[in-house]
Amino acid sequence: MLYLSDELAVRIRTHAAESYPHECCGAVLGSDSGSWREVLDLFPLVNRRDDSPRNRFVITPEDFRAAEQTARKGGLEVIGWYHSHPDHPARPSEYDREHAWPWYSYVIASVMQHLPKDMKSWRLKDDRTEFDEEEMEITPFGTINGGRVNAGEGDHPDRASALRGQARKR
Amino acid sequence: MKVIIPTALRPYAGKQESVSFDARTVGEALSRLTTQYAELRKHLYTDDGKIRSFVNVYVNDDDIRYLQKENTQIKDGDTISIVPSIAGG
Ligand SMILES: [Zn+2]
Repeated sequence: MLYLSDELAVRIRTHAAESYPHECCGAVLGSDSGSWREVLDLFPLVNRRDDSPRNRFVITPEDFRAAEQTARKGGLEVIGWYHSHPDHPARPSEYDREHAWPWYSYVIASVMQHLPKDMKSWRLKDDRTEFDEEEMEITPFGTINGGRVNAGEGDHPDRASALRGQARKR
Repeated sequence: MKVIIPTALRPYAGKQESVSFDARTVGEALSRLTTQYAELRKHLYTDDGKIRSFVNVYVNDDDIRYLQKENTQIKDGDTISIVPSIAGG
């Protein structure tokens, strides 16, 4: 399960719409509890595929390192990457699969004729044969930050109890 | 010398951040790594045994593509880093 706040979801969609008809890309920063993940920040990047920006994106090792450093400074980790699919659904392409890394959440935002549409998250299977869709919940409320729970109790019973479980383990 | 494992591959390498080996070349180090942790192999190499194009290997701060690739010599105290490129379409 990937939790994402409304505000960050809007930021991904806005980046996707502003980049149309090109693909946008960026790093997804957050925390990973082992059983669920939470997005706490984004690190937008420049799509370096100048030769084919409408249907390809690349994040160079330098950009990768910058994203990791930024995450670390904020006490977070890079838990995934987002990119857009101009005029295509929010489903990974064969090219996405060939180039994917395991473990990361790949968030794909579809943009149809300038307008942001579906957004979905995907995880590569261990054997690299395909992606599994990762359940994503866009939440209107706060986030955990540095281990502190900012979400009001009762806002979301499942999540509140998951967070309490997490707090007990620490 | 040690090999730094990127976050995404740690689940396949006993959750370790780095693994230490005695090896004379980058190729030998990666071969030991993927022998010890066989699950890593398909993420680092293509089916015909070449390092995947989005896998970047550095000895200290130098990309092995600009050195002698997998034949790049390493010495005690060197650090090999595997740094991903993220690509898609
Ligand atoms: Zn894609």
